[in-house]
Amino acid sequence: MSYSKSMSAKSDGKKKGLVKIANKKQVQTKSKDTAKSDSLAQIPDKTLIQILDLMIKSRVLEERLIKIYRAGESYFWIGGPGEEAWGVPIGMLARKGEGPKYDFLHLHYRCTPTLIAMGMDMKDSIRLMMNRVTDPSTGGRNFSNHYCFPKMNIAPVTSPIEVQYGIALGTAHAQKRLGDNAISIVTGGDAGTAEGDFASCLIWASRKGNELPMLITVQNNYWGISTSYEGQHGESAIADRARGFNIRARVVNGNDPVESYIALKEEMDYIRRTGKPSFIESKVSRLYGHSSASGANFVGNEEDCIKSFSEKLISRKLVTEKDIKRMWETYEAEALKATEDARAEGVPAAESIWDHVYANNENSDWRKF
Amino acid sequence: MANMAQAIRLALHYSEKNLQLKDVFGQDAGAPLGGVFTATQGLKTSWNTPLDERGIISMAMGIAMAGDRCVAEIQFCDYIFNTIDLLKIAGNTLWCTNGQYQLPMTVMTPVGAGIRGSVYHSHSFDSWASRIQGWKVVMPSTPLDAYGLLLSAIKDPNPVLFLKPKALMRVRGDELIPGEPADEKELKARIDAPIGDRSKWKPEWPGVQDYWIEIGKGKITRHGEQITLVSWGRHLLLANEIADELKQHDGISVEVIDLRSIYPYDWEMIKSSVAKTGRLLIVNEDTEVTNFGEHLIYRVVQELFYELLARPRLIAGKNVPGIGLHPNLEDATVPQKSEIKSAILEIIREVP
Ligand SMILES: Cc1ncc(C[n+]2csc(CCOP(=O)(O)OP(=O)(O)O)c2C)c(N)n1
Ligand SMILES: [Mg+2]
Repeated sequence: MSYSKSMSAKSDGKKKGLVKIANKKQVQTKSKDTAKSDSLAQIPDKTLIQILDLMIKSRVLEERLIKIYRAGESYFWIGGPGEEAWGVPIGMLARKGEGPKYDFLHLHYRCTPTLIAMGMDMKDSIRLMMNRVTDPSTGGRNFSNHYCFPKMNIAPVTSPIEVQYGIALGTAHAQKRLGDNAISIVTGGDAGTAEGDFASCLIWASRKGNELPMLITVQNNYWGISTSYEGQHGESAIADRARGFNIRARVVNGNDPVESYIALKEEMDYIRRTGKPSFIESKVSRLYGHSSASGANFVGNEEDCIKSFSEKLISRKLVTEKDIKRMWETYEAEALKATEDARAEGVPAAESIWDHVYANNENSDWRKF
Repeated sequence: MANMAQAIRLALHYSEKNLQLKDVFGQDAGAPLGGVFTATQGLKTSWNTPLDERGIISMAMGIAMAGDRCVAEIQFCDYIFNTIDLLKIAGNTLWCTNGQYQLPMTVMTPVGAGIRGSVYHSHSFDSWASRIQGWKVVMPSTPLDAYGLLLSAIKDPNPVLFLKPKALMRVRGDELIPGEPADEKELKARIDAPIGDRSKWKPEWPGVQDYWIEIGKGKITRHGEQITLVSWGRHLLLANEIADELKQHDGISVEVIDLRSIYPYDWEMIKSSVAKTGRLLIVNEDTEVTNFGEHLIYRVVQELFYELLARPRLIAGKNVPGIGLHPNLEDATVPQKSEIKSAILEIIREVP
C-alpha cells in the first residue's frame, strides 16, 4: 500500500462512516465530529499524550523483538508495528479484568499495542519472543505476539486465521447471560475475512432477539502475506458485510488514533447500552511486512501513524520534539534491560511437554495409563 | 427401562439442575424437536442454532472460556469434519496456554452405521477423535452408561467428546438409572413430547440421582478365559451376543471388554485380560487403516508379546470412502456377526 493509498483510505473511511450506518441520525453527528481534524479537542490533552506515549512504547517493543530475531535469539517474529493508532485505544477503553463481568479480547498476532495499553510488562512479550520458561502466555510454547493473559481476559491468540471470530461468540453469550454490560472484542486481518468463521461471527452475533454484545473489528492493512487486497474482494468495504446483517458498522482511519479512539468509545458505549453488536473496519499500515519470514524490514511507503501523530501533537504544542525523543529513549532502555533479563532466564525443560495435556496433569502420557 | 435417547435427556436434565449446565445447543436441539434423536427434548436450556457446525463448536469454546458449562451437539458426526481444526484448538488450548485456560465443554454427536443411513449418516469418528489431543473421548453402549458417562463428561474440566451410537438410541438397557420410574410407559408419558402440538407441553422430570462412570474405565461385560474381545458402542452389544452364543453352542469362553472410553483408555483392564487369555480380537466400525484398535494392538504386542498365544486381530470398517445404502454394501463394509464369530474361532484354533 502506498502512502497516497493510505491517505485515500482515510478519506474513504470518513465517507463510509457518514453514509451507511444503521442508526444514522445519532451517529452522523458524531462521525462528523470525529472526521474533523480538530477532533483532538474531544479528547483531554493528557489522554492524547498518553496515547502517543503508549504507541511509542509498543513500537519500541516490536522493534526490539525484531532485533532479537535478527540477533538469532528467536526463531520467528510476527507483530503489529504500524497498527498502534488503532490498537492502543482498544486497550485503553476495554473494561479490564477476569471473567465475564469484564470485556473479553479475542485478538490476533498484531495486537501488542492493545496489550501495552492494558499494562502488559514489556518483559512478558520478550519472554514469549525468546521462548523462556517464564513466558506467562505460553511458557515458551508459542510464537511472538501469541499472547494469553486470563487476568485481563486476553483469550489465547492462535495461529489459525479467523477462529477467534467464532470463539468470541461464546464469551459474548456468557456475558449477555450475566447482564453486566461487558462485551467481547474481536480483531483480525482483512484477508482472513474470507474464512467461514468471519461469516459465522456475523450470523450468530446478529440473530434477531439474540443479538450478542460484541465489537467485531477488522484491521485492514491491505495485505494477506504477499497477496494484495485488490483482486480478492468484491465488496466495496468489508464493513458492508456487517451491514447486510443489520449490524451497525463503520470504517475508520486506523492510522489516526483520535478518530480510532472516538469511534471505539462510541461503539463500545453503544454495545454496552443496547447489548447489540457493532462493527468497525479500521484501515491501517503494515510497516515491517508480514513477519520475519519476509525479512521484517521497514517498508517506508506506508503512513507511519506515530510519525503523523507526533507531528500533530507537536504542532498543537502538546509535546515538544524533545519530549518525544525522551519517550523513545526511555522505552528503548526499558526494552534493552528487559531483553537482558529475559536472556538470563530459564528455558522450558524437555520433560515439560507432558504438562497441561489435561487439567491437573492427569493422563498426559498414554504409556502411564 | 429408558432407551439411550431418554437416558441422555435425563442426564442433561440432572446436569441443568445439579452441575450448572447452562446451555445445550445444536441444530434442531431445542423446541419443538429436541434433536433428531430427541435426546435434548424438553430441556430448560436447549436451543436451536444456525446450521453452522463451526459456529457451534466455536460457541462452545467461548462459553467454556468464560467459565460456563455447556453441551454442544453436532447433528451427525458425518458433519463434524469441517470443525476438526477447532476441535484441535479446543484440545490444545490448555497446553498452548501453559495450563492457563481450561475448556470444560462437552460435544456430543451420533456416530456409526446400522440404520441404513447411506454415505453421510453412517460415518464413525472414534478413531479420528483418538488423534485429537487434549480431548477425552467416550462412547457408551447402554443407556445407564450413557447417563453415567455424560454426567462425568459435563463435570470434567477438559473438553469431552461424547459419541452416541445412533443405532442404539432407541435400544433399552436392563438396568434402571437411579430415580428412574420402573415402568417404561410412565417414563415415556412423563418425558417424551407428544405427537402434534407441543407448544404447551412440559416434561415431568423424574427425580433422577447422580451416577458416575469414571472416564477412562472400561467394563467387563462377559467374563471368560480363552480370548479377550474388546469393543465399544454398537458392536459391544454384538460382542456380548457372540460371547453368549459361543459359550452355549461351542463351549468357548470369551471375555468381553466394553472399553467405554476411547481416550484415556483402560489399559489395565485390557492388559490383565489379555495376560490371562493370551488371545485378542478388537472390533469397531471406524475404518481399518490407522484404526484406534491398531494402537491397542501395538501396545499389546509391546507389553505382552511373550504372553500371546495367537496373533492379535482387528476387525473394523473396510477402508473404502463410504458406506453404501444397499444392505449388501453396508453389510460388506461394517463388521458383521458372522465374520467376528469366525475370527474368534480362528484365533482360538491358532497354535503358537
Ligand atoms: C487458517 C489459516 N490459513 C493460512 C494461514 C497462514 N497465514 C498466516 S497470516 C496469513 C495472512 C493473513 O492476512 P490478514 O488476515 O489480512 O492479516 P494480516 O496478517 O494482514 O494482519 C496467512 C495466509 C494461517 N495462519 N491460518
Ligand atoms: Mg491484512
